Amino acid sequence: MAKIAPFAERQDLMRVDTVDKVFPGDVQALRAMSLAVREGDFISLLGPSGCGKSTALRLIAGLSAPTNGRIEWAKTREKGDLGVVFQEPTLMPWATVAQNVFLPFRLEGNSYASVRDDILQVLKLVGLDKFQNAYPRELSGGMKMRVSIARAMVTQPKLILMDEPFAALDEITRFKLNNDLLEMQARIGCTVIFVTHSVFESVFLSDRIVVMAARPGRVIKEVHVDAPYPRDEAFRTSAEYAAHCRAASQALELAMEPAA
Amino acid sequence: MSVTELNDQTASARAPTVDAEEARRARKRRIEKTARWVLPLFVMVLMIWLWDRIVVWNDIPHFILPSPARVWNSLTGDWAILWDSALLTGRITLLALAIAVIGGAGLAILFNQNKMVELSLYPYAVILQVTPVVAIAPLIFIYVESKTVGMLLCAWIVAFFPVLSSTTLGLNSVDHNLRDLFRIYGATRWQRLWMLQLPSALPYFLGGLKIAGGLSLIGAVVAELVAGTGGVGTGLAFRIQEAGYRLNIARMFAALAIVAAMGVFIFAALSLLSHLLLRKWHESAIKRET
Repeated sequence: MAKIAPFAERQDLMRVDTVDKVFPGDVQALRAMSLAVREGDFISLLGPSGCGKSTALRLIAGLSAPTNGRIEWAKTREKGDLGVVFQEPTLMPWATVAQNVFLPFRLEGNSYASVRDDILQVLKLVGLDKFQNAYPRELSGGMKMRVSIARAMVTQPKLILMDEPFAALDEITRFKLNNDLLEMQARIGCTVIFVTHSVFESVFLSDRIVVMAARPGRVIKEVHVDAPYPRDEAFRTSAEYAAHCRAASQALELAMEPAA
Repeated sequence: MSVTELNDQTASARAPTVDAEEARRARKRRIEKTARWVLPLFVMVLMIWLWDRIVVWNDIPHFILPSPARVWNSLTGDWAILWDSALLTGRITLLALAIAVIGGAGLAILFNQNKMVELSLYPYAVILQVTPVVAIAPLIFIYVESKTVGMLLCAWIVAFFPVLSSTTLGLNSVDHNLRDLFRIYGATRWQRLWMLQLPSALPYFLGGLKIAGGLSLIGAVVAELVAGTGGVGTGLAFRIQEAGYRLNIARMFAALAIVAAMGVFIFAALSLLSHLLLRKWHESAIKRET
């Protein structure tokens, strides 16, 4: 399994190159966004609502095309290279937990028997191996989100996109999932782009915070969080964490100024 | 609820009746459970008794309103004739329902997959639906040689539309994020239809099916009334008409009762099917604690 390289030595994974996105009716959702994503990065897109962070994620996922500019992958992107976690768990209610996690493989044409071990392993990773035959409605909100994360990770993708996945969860569940997410990322060694509007969440999770401003959506600053992984509860209560949060908040204030 | 009570809950499930409050609640549940069956039965018995009394007290002749006993005698006495007729009507109804399901769901999938086909054909599906079948039926029997085919056609025209419209709605009601997810994983059109759209549409389809079940019986009955008896064996609707001509009102009631029973049976069977298919995952089939 891929080990994450030190911060300074990472290989390029993909690049967002001066991308504009204009929606019908001349709504500029994104202006001249550039972002170099490297293998093993944990990048948070942090900003107020309307700053185009979800739009950026949809562009990277290939769900919509940029109006101007380019999005390029360093190597050719293959089917299982990308995993996505939406704001809602987005599970198929008619399928069991295991069948939901099986979906990416199933769409590639694999049989269940041939990937059964991968599915059980990733379910164990998210702590739901005992629930493989449960239906989504039988699970709590946090557990559903874990299934959604398991589905995104099961193909061992190079890049996982997460669009405010924990916004609807209570704080206790969110802290737990934050901890677990970091552990899983370290295990799989993937890159994560994580959209959030929580300063605290972004500092805890990421090594790069891309601060964005609204109207038009644009990148205004990048903050580097150089605290080493693994991070745990001790980090969450440290002075170092507080200092990083302050830096990120100040950058965010910069983003809010023109609008206020 | 106190902590000790919580701890005792599993124990009390095995050995019930702990305090007066629980006993009272259990009693209420039992009464409600019995009332669900007893009350409708009681109403039926009361109505039949009233019917009987009205006939007796007013000396109504049986060729105007037969007593319940006469209807019962007709039902048992003419059972052989009525049963044969019921089989015929039932066969037409079920066949029409089957064709309505295949045609309705098939058209819905076709419309969903091909916008051009939908644009050209949908208006005619609506026209076919809104034109009363009673008005079309005589025309159908002019051009269609076989009475059976004609009756099937009548029943199908009434029954297919609910299946078509609800399945179409279902196919279009797919969760947008799931649709995006399928796109990201490079799903083919066929995979999307088979693994995403059809399961999403299933509850809607079953809702349409329940309506179509009742309508195909209506269609079959109307078709029989229009078609008359020429050629085919005689269905229940024809028996009703025939008994009417002969002033055998008791048999009219008996045949009517069988038609009603068939309708109830179809509805119950389709409800059961729907429950079996959805009970594991769909909100509509999940029992909630009240």
